[in-house]
Amino acid sequence: MTVTVEKTPTARKGPAHHASRTGRPHAAWALPGVLFFTFFAVVPMALALYLSFTSWDGLGDPRPVGLDNWRKLLDDPRMAQSLWLTVVLTVASWVFQTVVALLLGVWAAGRQRNRAILSAVFFVPFLLSSTAIAILFYALLDPNFGIIQKDTLGSQSGAFLAIVFVGGWQFIPFHTLIYQGGARQIPDVLYQAAAIDGAGRYRQFFSITLPQLRHTITTSTVLMVVGSLTYFETVLILTKGGPGTDTAILPYLMYEAGFKTYDFGYASAIASFLVIAATGLSLILVRLTGFGAMRSTREGM
Amino acid sequence: MESSRGQVTGGGAGGRPFSRRWFLGAGSASLLTAGLGTGLTACGSGGGAGGGDGKTLTAFVYGDDAVKVQQAGVDRFNKSAAAKKAGGTIKLQKVPGSDYSPKLRTAMGSPSAPDVFFNWGGGSIKPYEEAGKLVDLTDIIEGDPVLKDGFLPSVLAAGDLKSRHYGIPMRGMQPVILFYNKAVFAEHKLQPPTTWDQLLDNNVKLKKAKITPFALGGSDVWPELMWLEYLVDRIGGPEVFKRIQDGDAEGWGDPTVLKAAELVKELIDDGAFGSKFTSVSYVNGGAPAVFARGKAAMHLMGSWEYSTQLGKFPDFAKADLGWAPFPTVEGGTGDVRNVVGNPTNYWSVNARTKNKDLAVGFLKDCASQAYAQALVDNGDVPTTSNAADLLTSAPNPEYAKFQYDMVQKAPAFTLSWDQALGDGLGTKMHTEIGKLFAGQSSPSDFVTACKGLK
Repeated sequence: MTVTVEKTPTARKGPAHHASRTGRPHAAWALPGVLFFTFFAVVPMALALYLSFTSWDGLGDPRPVGLDNWRKLLDDPRMAQSLWLTVVLTVASWVFQTVVALLLGVWAAGRQRNRAILSAVFFVPFLLSSTAIAILFYALLDPNFGIIQKDTLGSQSGAFLAIVFVGGWQFIPFHTLIYQGGARQIPDVLYQAAAIDGAGRYRQFFSITLPQLRHTITTSTVLMVVGSLTYFETVLILTKGGPGTDTAILPYLMYEAGFKTYDFGYASAIASFLVIAATGLSLILVRLTGFGAMRSTREGM
Repeated sequence: MESSRGQVTGGGAGGRPFSRRWFLGAGSASLLTAGLGTGLTACGSGGGAGGGDGKTLTAFVYGDDAVKVQQAGVDRFNKSAAAKKAGGTIKLQKVPGSDYSPKLRTAMGSPSAPDVFFNWGGGSIKPYEEAGKLVDLTDIIEGDPVLKDGFLPSVLAAGDLKSRHYGIPMRGMQPVILFYNKAVFAEHKLQPPTTWDQLLDNNVKLKKAKITPFALGGSDVWPELMWLEYLVDRIGGPEVFKRIQDGDAEGWGDPTVLKAAELVKELIDDGAFGSKFTSVSYVNGGAPAVFARGKAAMHLMGSWEYSTQLGKFPDFAKADLGWAPFPTVEGGTGDVRNVVGNPTNYWSVNARTKNKDLAVGFLKDCASQAYAQALVDNGDVPTTSNAADLLTSAPNPEYAKFQYDMVQKAPAFTLSWDQALGDGLGTKMHTEIGKLFAGQSSPSDFVTACKGLK
């Protein structure tokens, strides 16, 4: 911490001055970010990876156990269940959030009356903390005293839908904002030309808006997928992985292994697996969608 | 977290449920610890076993409403001659309840470990003992009349590991009691059940009257555990779990455990807990409210249910809250006087403390009349040997007396299974119990899964 804070001003003076002359930022500008990332992301990740090869209960010293934790990862029936639940959660969240956020975002990019005010209202859920949101919905879903007096969180389908819905409620505003920005970038001439050719609103949406938003969809999807893989507070507060183990997704399983059974080695293995899976998934997504090639959506225009 | 029960999960004193005030308190406390923690340590003033100079010892305590008793104890001790003689003072660090176990665990592995810390005895301190981090208090207690005669021997022993004392009792006793709603019982001409058949008979009548027989905070799991604890005790006696506690996982294969799980399954299928119990929580006040409002007739819960109700539904607590021991099961060998629950909480001493005299001096205060009186005033029943004389001044002397007698006359007091097994096994057992109650596994699946726990 101290290091970063002290380094920042020195790093700023020289290079900033230099940068204004050349028009290109000096590499030193990246220093605070790189240091931060190193201390708070790279080092902990490396430590977690190291711990995944040890047995450690939080007291005393970690004891190397080789591949034991990773083998357990493959054999553990709870791991298989968690992985499946995580995949289902990710897909369901993606469908729900993308459909709603895309429509809202395109709508918000227009010039309707009251649009700005409504957009601001829609954005509010994203400003609340996940914990506060989860506690709020937990109260609303109370089977005896909530607004929906059903056994919502007591059945797998109910608990799952609740998690998907609450997650969507919180993050749709953010993705709406991304789609709004994307939709505003689409040149008006495209719509004007389409209108001359006699294309209706639906045709315009499917033939112009959607293809033009291709990269925006990729960006938003990567964020959603990685977000779903690390989705945690809502599950902890709403269901604690329950009923039984019905909503124990991977991050919850990791938390349980680490901070409830104090098996930090195994928890680290799950954490490392999550990092690898999330990185791999985003790379695949970027590759499949051609996002990485940095081709413009406006090629040929 | 909810791997520990009652007190831990309760979020409030002896399971007093979350209140808004508690949340705010807990929130700001975590912020403070997070924000100031690093700063203090950096300045070198963060006491503790590793960094302290022996003048100020840190004591970690479960931060709920009952903590005022410990705060008063610390204040009294710091001014005492004993503290002056040992040359130092105690500083109480209140850790928000839901964070207590993980916070203690991480602190004990670090240089800023507490000198004295709150715990649940038994399995909850086993990893610390194995890591050589505990002071064996056996000789100190044996050699000190204040400590030796100060507490009920059964309670002192309940916190033991391998028949050695590692803890000093420091809170009230928390037996699990069968509470019932007197108004509902009177209206439907029922008696508190003394046998399992009577209990089932009551259930039939209650269901006919569209009243759920039992409130159950199933989303927390530990209230579900209480049913298994009592059933196993009543069917096969305390020895059944003792064997499991002593490390023999085959003990789960005892027919008693299967029988208990089957009885539980019958209750569930029969609707004895209603249809929504898997999403009802104890800690947010759900189950106590269902009970107090007469939607459910009975509630199997730790003794803190009384103070919970007194806080949330005072009229109900004063007029209609009844209590009874858990019924016998036909053909069972367990004594009906046996009790399950938490005998109490304990203070243990970190082996790395720089001032053991000071720590031990502080522990002696817990055996004092003043400390016991403060517990009584708070609605708790102390585990000190002088407690019986103080109970007349309790908020509800009748209830206090019932609890005290229940514990004192109990041939066996089985420590809550999750506490006895410790966090690792306890959490895994919770998962299996949650699956049994949620209908994801059968009683025989449950037994098989528990035998495989390690």
